[in-house]
Amino acid sequence: MKSTAINPKKINQLLSSMSFAVSMLVFLGIASIIGTILKQNEPYENYIIKFGQFWFGFFEKIGLYDVYHSIWFLTILLFLVLSTTLCIIKNTPTILKDFLVFKDSLEEKSLLSFSHHLVIKNKKSVNTSKILYYLKEAKFKIKEKSKENGDVLIIAKKGNYQRLGYILTHIGVVVICLGGLLDGNLIFKAQEIFGYKKIETLDLPASKVPEVSRLGISNTSFRANMTLAEGSSDNVAFVRMKDGYLVQDLPFKITLKDFRINHYSTGMPKSFESDLIISDPELSQDITKTISVNHPFTYKGIAIYQSDFQDGGTRLNIKLRSLLNPGNSQKIEGKIFDKVKLDKDQITYEFNDFKKFNVLHLKEGEKEKPRNVGPSVTYKVRNNAGQAREYLTYQYAMPIDGRSFFISGMRETPQEEFKYLKIPADAKGSIEEFMLFKDALQNKTLIEAVAKKMANQSASEDKNNEVKESFEKSVIKLMILFAQGGFSKIAENVDKNIPDNEKQKAVQTYLKIIDIASSEIYKDRLNLPNKELNQSRIIFIQDALNAYSDMFFYGVPYYFELISYEQKEASGLQLTKSPGQFWVYLGSLSLVLGIFSMIYLHERKLWLLIKAKGGVILALSSNRKNIDFENDFRKLIQEIKKIIH
Amino acid sequence: MFNKLFKSSKATFQTFNVLYLVLLLGGALYALKKFHNYMDIYEEVILFGSVGFFSWLGWSWNHFKKIMILVFVTSLCAIQLYQGALNNNEQVFLLKYLISSQSAIMWMNVFFVLSLLLYWLGLLKENNLIDDIASSFTSVAVLFGFIGLLVRWYESYLIGLDVGHIPISNLYEVFILFCLITSLLYLFYEEKFNTKKLGAFVLIVINAAVGFILWYTFDRHADGVQPLVPALQSYWMKIHVPANFIGYGSFSLAAMVSVAYLISSKKILTSYLPKSAVLDDLIYKSIAIGFIFFTIATILGAIWAAEAWGGYWSWDPKETWALIVWLNYAAWLHYRIVKGLRGSILAWWALIGLVVTTFAFLGVNMFLSGLHSYGQL
Ligand code: HEM
Repeated sequence: MKSTAINPKKINQLLSSMSFAVSMLVFLGIASIIGTILKQNEPYENYIIKFGQFWFGFFEKIGLYDVYHSIWFLTILLFLVLSTTLCIIKNTPTILKDFLVFKDSLEEKSLLSFSHHLVIKNKKSVNTSKILYYLKEAKFKIKEKSKENGDVLIIAKKGNYQRLGYILTHIGVVVICLGGLLDGNLIFKAQEIFGYKKIETLDLPASKVPEVSRLGISNTSFRANMTLAEGSSDNVAFVRMKDGYLVQDLPFKITLKDFRINHYSTGMPKSFESDLIISDPELSQDITKTISVNHPFTYKGIAIYQSDFQDGGTRLNIKLRSLLNPGNSQKIEGKIFDKVKLDKDQITYEFNDFKKFNVLHLKEGEKEKPRNVGPSVTYKVRNNAGQAREYLTYQYAMPIDGRSFFISGMRETPQEEFKYLKIPADAKGSIEEFMLFKDALQNKTLIEAVAKKMANQSASEDKNNEVKESFEKSVIKLMILFAQGGFSKIAENVDKNIPDNEKQKAVQTYLKIIDIASSEIYKDRLNLPNKELNQSRIIFIQDALNAYSDMFFYGVPYYFELISYEQKEASGLQLTKSPGQFWVYLGSLSLVLGIFSMIYLHERKLWLLIKAKGGVILALSSNRKNIDFENDFRKLIQEIKKIIH
Repeated sequence: MFNKLFKSSKATFQTFNVLYLVLLLGGALYALKKFHNYMDIYEEVILFGSVGFFSWLGWSWNHFKKIMILVFVTSLCAIQLYQGALNNNEQVFLLKYLISSQSAIMWMNVFFVLSLLLYWLGLLKENNLIDDIASSFTSVAVLFGFIGLLVRWYESYLIGLDVGHIPISNLYEVFILFCLITSLLYLFYEEKFNTKKLGAFVLIVINAAVGFILWYTFDRHADGVQPLVPALQSYWMKIHVPANFIGYGSFSLAAMVSVAYLISSKKILTSYLPKSAVLDDLIYKSIAIGFIFFTIATILGAIWAAEAWGGYWSWDPKETWALIVWLNYAAWLHYRIVKGLRGSILAWWALIGLVVTTFAFLGVNMFLSGLHSYGQL
């Protein structure tokens, strides 16, 4: 059997070859594309939902959820570094020699073998100093050498640094990659493989997280997050990783004094600022510092950035207005991230988020500026069985289609869009009139009175008492049905009890009766007896009836009215320590300088042999033989000919 | 007649150079004196850095200098006409129809469309005079485009002192920048290689951008000035974005010249188009320029990201695609220089490069979400 010995020379050749480097570039490109198409570092549940259990596990194994930190990606990078390094090592000696040495050993024969050369024959007494003067003017560096046979060889070089550009560029690439690796999590990866560290996946308070999932103060490189509510402080940050996190201990404590969002007049945020106090046991005095986006603060090598913000436990005063029991409302107090249980109804309110400003585009597609519609609360209502619906309620009415509505959205799962309940606001911009009207719609005495009135009015034409009574009865029945379930209840009833061919007519009649009856109910409650209602009131009633009907699909028996709030915000900080940054910047500088000199400097090497016997031989070479080179050559021989003749 | 406007005699050459420097330096000093309270040290550096950059560009390329002088003078006139009130763009005739930013940009669009048509007419009729007119029209379009941007910059401050910012912050604005930079790069090579035949190709990408500008204006009404989100409020934007667009512009130029190359190699218009060696050289040169600026832009982006997001590299889709574009052209340059590859393969590759670049520029905003989602379509 022949041993297949690995030949180190061959491996070196392969690794330092350009094809190998380019295939690494291609792999790097493809891997990067995967990373941008599949959203990285999402919570693992999202991937399970997307791919199903089987594929989820498979993709997890090959590191697709964090491509850029996966072993294979880092391996590609390492190979690129290796190959570039070998390439530098291979090429540098030649380049340096080229850079430093004037090749003065060339003989006539080798000059004649250059692709760009010129022979001037039989010319005696060549004015060497004139040539040298010209070459100096043309920024050549020159060396002269007299040969034993009396010939003079002039060697001239230009754009010499172009050659160094190669070294600068490629060293730049290597330094950048190494700097990046220094800031990557290679050390943690190794520790994880050997079992020294473990990602924590349980939701624990930071102080309870065991040592194995903590990164010490001495950790040289990290990128961690920290959320501080106004007035609170902490000395740990969290590093999110895969499906869990690690705790990063900090050598100082940070307190958030205040967090501010400034706004433009349009309501768009203009700046996010945090006033921080940094307390270091090694210092006698605390440091106070305001940071904002684009203006981080660095202390002890740890840079502190404003990254995002969230609610820090805003206090809410809420009035829950019963939608089904007239006049029944109750006040509750809550705090974002807290829960309030209503024992009577067996439901729990969970407050998730408060937003003071909401900049919305109220008219879609039109040239209407987005505007601020004021505060909103996001909350969940969970029943005893544990099922929850999510709600989004705005504090103030907002203008839609020229009218004004209180908007509250509901959805059953986070994947859905919100469905909105739109309750019309009255002329004063309050919800009272709707509530009054809603209660009246559920008021049986009032319904009966209105039905009687309607029957009497219609009776003046039709004196039959029986008809009158039956009309009155059917109005009452219809209105009670409506009160119990809105338009859909009516539709259900029609579907069940009326033959197909009469349905349309019946629906029209019913709607008309509901219209008239509700107007009467409305007039009664607002003390507008026997008055013609104006257009805006008629529209209000229509909107109110629609809102009333939608109420039955709203999923919770209360309207959530935000009375007042006491905002408390929390600032999201990012803390990074990246010793590699310096190297990355240095490598970048080298890279840019290198590329510049490689592309913009044109290397030219010139030999002029002035023969003692008469005649001149000229040769020009460059490592790039392009159009510029041809032009330069043409110009050069023109000038030299001019000087010599 | 048109290009006389842009051709100079030797006598006026030096005067122009001096006038140009005086104009730039004077403008910068005036701005410093008047606005130094609003500028930080970096912005002052950028201000004088751009005086240096524009002087250098103007001195090494006369045509550019003339365009810039006209741009500055006209923009100053426009600012004078505004008298500090935005609604003057509806009242004052010259503003309303010529040099308010909206009108100037519309004129830019018009001249770009016209020059595309003329370049093609010139190419098909093989007529040099038409080519000359087309080329002048491109210059005029550039003139209007720059006026439009500068006046828009001023207008943004009239909307609100805290709203004002350099007009390179959303897709509408950067598309204009793209048109201008690509045309300038093209005009430069047109003069240097003395060939006006390539305009027919280069103006295609520019007109694609014009189409986008029009769509954005009339269909989306997204041409208004929007205040800057906090992450964009940085002096880095002033250099990162233009550097990026010099990259995009050069890559587009290279791709369009590649089209010409490929057509010529199929023996179509071969006698009329420049020699393939010239085209090949032009493709290389513009990819080389693009590569330098794209490298610088990406590095500046990293430095900016370090300040705004807390890390110089976050593998955000936009960043990652910038890397992909960069790797692609790095590979291209190596194949050409190290392996000595030439010809159709490189031309096709440059063309595919444009597809990749376009995805990095637009596709990422449309299809992928990330930290960079400022300009959503
Ligand atoms: C990501 C990695 C790399 C980058 C960004 C890079 C960049 C560059 C650039 C910009 C040029 C100059 C092109 C020009 O002058 O127009 C160049 C040239 C060159 N590169 Fe690379 N390079 C990389 C990796 C490599 C590797 C791994 C090798 C070795 C196999 C290599 C070998 C060369 C050579 C031989 C030249 C030509 C030098 C000359 O003739 O002057 N490069 N590179």
